[in-house]
Amino acid sequence: MGAQVGRSVPRLESRDKVTGRAEYTHVMRVPGMVYAKLFRSTVAHGKIKSVDTSAAKQVPGVLHVVTVDDVMKVLPNPYYGPAFHDQPILAHEKVRFVGEPVAAVIATDPHIAEQAVQLITAEYEEMPAVYDEVEALTTDIFVHEQLKPAGTFADLKHLKGAKNTNMALDYQLRRGDFDKAYAAAEHKFEHEFKTQKVLHLSFEPFACIADYKDTHVTLYDSSQGPSFVRTEIARLLGWPENKVRIKVPYLGSGYGSKLYIKLEALALALSMIARKPVKVAYTFEEMFYQITRHPSTFRIKTGVDKNGKIVARKCEVYWNGGAYADIGPRVTQKSGLTASGPYNIDNVSIDSYALYTNEVPSGALRGFGVPQLVWAYEGHTDMIARALKLDPVEFRRKNIVHDGDPHATGTILKDSPVEKVMDKVLERMEWSKPFDRGNHPTIKRGRGFAIAIKAVISPTTSVAMVNVSADGSTTLYCGTSDMGQGSDTAMAQMVADILNIPTETVRVVPRDTDVTPYDMGTLGSRSLFHMGHAVQRAAMDARDKLKALAKEVGEPEGSNIPVAELFQKRYGMQAGNVIGSGIYKPDYVPPAPGTGQTPNVTPFWMLSGAGAEIEVDTETGHIKIKKLVNVVDCGHAINPKIVETQISGAALMHVGFTMFEKMYQDGGQVTNASLADYKIPGFHDVPEVLENHYIEHEQSNGPFGAKGVGEVAAFCVGPALANAIDDATGVRIMEMPLNAETVYRALRAKQGKPLEDE
Amino acid sequence: MTAARTITFKLNGANVTADVKPHHNLVEMLQTQFGLTGARESCGQGLCGCCSVVVNGRAVSGCLYLASFVDGAEVQTVESLDTPTKLSPVQEAFIEASAFQCGYCTPGFIMMVTQLLDEHPDPSDDQIKHYLTGNLCRCATYPEVMDAVRIAAKKRKAGATA
Repeated sequence: MGAQVGRSVPRLESRDKVTGRAEYTHVMRVPGMVYAKLFRSTVAHGKIKSVDTSAAKQVPGVLHVVTVDDVMKVLPNPYYGPAFHDQPILAHEKVRFVGEPVAAVIATDPHIAEQAVQLITAEYEEMPAVYDEVEALTTDIFVHEQLKPAGTFADLKHLKGAKNTNMALDYQLRRGDFDKAYAAAEHKFEHEFKTQKVLHLSFEPFACIADYKDTHVTLYDSSQGPSFVRTEIARLLGWPENKVRIKVPYLGSGYGSKLYIKLEALALALSMIARKPVKVAYTFEEMFYQITRHPSTFRIKTGVDKNGKIVARKCEVYWNGGAYADIGPRVTQKSGLTASGPYNIDNVSIDSYALYTNEVPSGALRGFGVPQLVWAYEGHTDMIARALKLDPVEFRRKNIVHDGDPHATGTILKDSPVEKVMDKVLERMEWSKPFDRGNHPTIKRGRGFAIAIKAVISPTTSVAMVNVSADGSTTLYCGTSDMGQGSDTAMAQMVADILNIPTETVRVVPRDTDVTPYDMGTLGSRSLFHMGHAVQRAAMDARDKLKALAKEVGEPEGSNIPVAELFQKRYGMQAGNVIGSGIYKPDYVPPAPGTGQTPNVTPFWMLSGAGAEIEVDTETGHIKIKKLVNVVDCGHAINPKIVETQISGAALMHVGFTMFEKMYQDGGQVTNASLADYKIPGFHDVPEVLENHYIEHEQSNGPFGAKGVGEVAAFCVGPALANAIDDATGVRIMEMPLNAETVYRALRAKQGKPLEDE
Repeated sequence: MTAARTITFKLNGANVTADVKPHHNLVEMLQTQFGLTGARESCGQGLCGCCSVVVNGRAVSGCLYLASFVDGAEVQTVESLDTPTKLSPVQEAFIEASAFQCGYCTPGFIMMVTQLLDEHPDPSDDQIKHYLTGNLCRCATYPEVMDAVRIAAKKRKAGATA
């Protein structure tokens, strides 16, 4: 048997996926199932005066029309959420964003439910609303009357019961003395960057089927975190976890949207009311009213000494969390800590604010906030180099953080080859050669690059089991949701490598909390590292037990006897099991309050770089991406081909977020909630040359030297493109997307001939 | 809601009947009455290609195509392409090229690539891109799909001459 780790094994579920037979919740049906559709708020902020459901109730086929009053009869405290218990199952007394669910219709047929929803009316007493994240900090409009932290996170406890605030977390990092160092700096720079509201748009929209019985409940769920869903559903019911079962088939992707708890509490309540299995399955349009990426405002200040060394950096980041906190406070903190970038700076000050507004809630999207940060700090870094007439490569090289240097958190960097990643980008871009700018009068060529760092969310726990059956076949039980990232395959490769069997023979049990053990969640590129460790330990435990079994039946040391014969010898027939288990939780030291300093903030760092060559049509503002190079450090690649598709996919998704994607809003109402009006990347948006590379590097504490790679190629695409536009035209754009209109407006403004606003 | 009527058509080679209401689309009928979930509704506007189904030899968007329109027609879904022992060349090529991640859009791509190669056995890159403009993949496996089409074209040629 050759090594299984390092092989480009095709995804184990390949056959099911190409034949259309793979299972997804959105197309799943359960016998006796009925359907729910939602009536949503048309105002951004207001008191609910009345909801009239009488006409809807008259429609033949309608079983129930449900408001929060009905929900509270079965679940008296109908609030849920991972960081704050702030989100009601259906709007309670108030609505806080346009699109918030206010009532639900349960019917025998989805079309009947849809038709009945149209007959519901509601009256609101409208209240002033706040949409901007910076205004949210100082306004006297408050989205919530009182803050309700969930108690899960120690650093949110001080916010319990807080009133007259929209701030759901204020993260601070202080290293050295920013004010003093900045005051003394030779050169001072200050910029403000913004990012727009974009969203995941998984092609399998949100879906959950809840089947409530009086003694137990089963949820069929398109979820990235079945263990968390189980905990939260058990909490809402006041039940022990073992009466709650969450089954998760393959996901038609997630990208962070299907994390923590989304439709599950609603589906549960509706199933309790209907006493039947109830399916809640969103349309594409409804995804625009569930969860998005955080819009952000990032104010960044940097002081540079006369030698081009960055001596001080201050970061103020405002995260627009929307109406409900979801995981925003985690984004604010866990990404906030890397806001000063992959640079070695003695004096750093970071303030990162999670803010409530009257918009659709924001959460994690492929990067947990890091793409928004890199957009700002790599644009800013480029602008400084330009202003000081320094080579952008040498300026970064002088300031880059290396292994052995302290990160802004005080944690000493390890397994973090930032410069190596940058050099690979430069090599593939042929940066040292003269760049051909052409001599076209209106088409201008330019190039740019960016580098980034991220810490993995910590500390988190994963558990796995490996079961060797009496015929020698092996089954892996692990709760990581395979949403396309190939986790089932990579985990199976680790098991196969340790047990010396072909990967293709390992069965990975689809996630089912009745049988798959605890996992914190499939998020933040944590799974391959954390679950990978647990899987590795479980497989080694199984291997050790098989060895013990061999000894028990009198086999000599190093015997090659087939596993099936071991069982035969021990139990007299094809019987028995060997079960290995593994648990992993990395070391971690919580940051000191107020300064964010800690000797151990993360078990591993993620690094990436990107370089872009573009053409700008100065007559139209249109950008053509001629070349995009993506480089990451993923440690040792468990499955090289899957790593490559992850790098490519993350980068191309961020070409969309950078170049054209944006949720347009008017008075809190999303005005482009459809695929016709919200464009995503297609075939024609793939750059002419697209290169995806990972550098060979072992993560010393990783399973098989590996670490996560799902997000990391997302970070640098935006700033690399903006830096290239600046290089081509001298125009700097501080807010995404970089669409033709934005670019053309910027070009005209630079010429002193600005276009009028719309 | 209006009453259902019974339609008769050929589904993946078999003569079948279905009771459909005027508002039922093709995807819904295939899923609820035949348990075929390879064609899936995603965008609901005929833009993403996840719901591609072949009706009388032409690919249609099953989310927009009314079920009652297939009365008397021949309908082919992704489930018709493989046998218990063999995948189609396009399906094999998608696996070889790793041309999917989450797999939700994959059946639609496979239906369109099959039709593309029927019409253009040796397509140029531009032909591929143009033909597949109506298929979107949020995981963005476009480069891998390009590879898969080239591999599938070769496989089909080899199969035709063998």
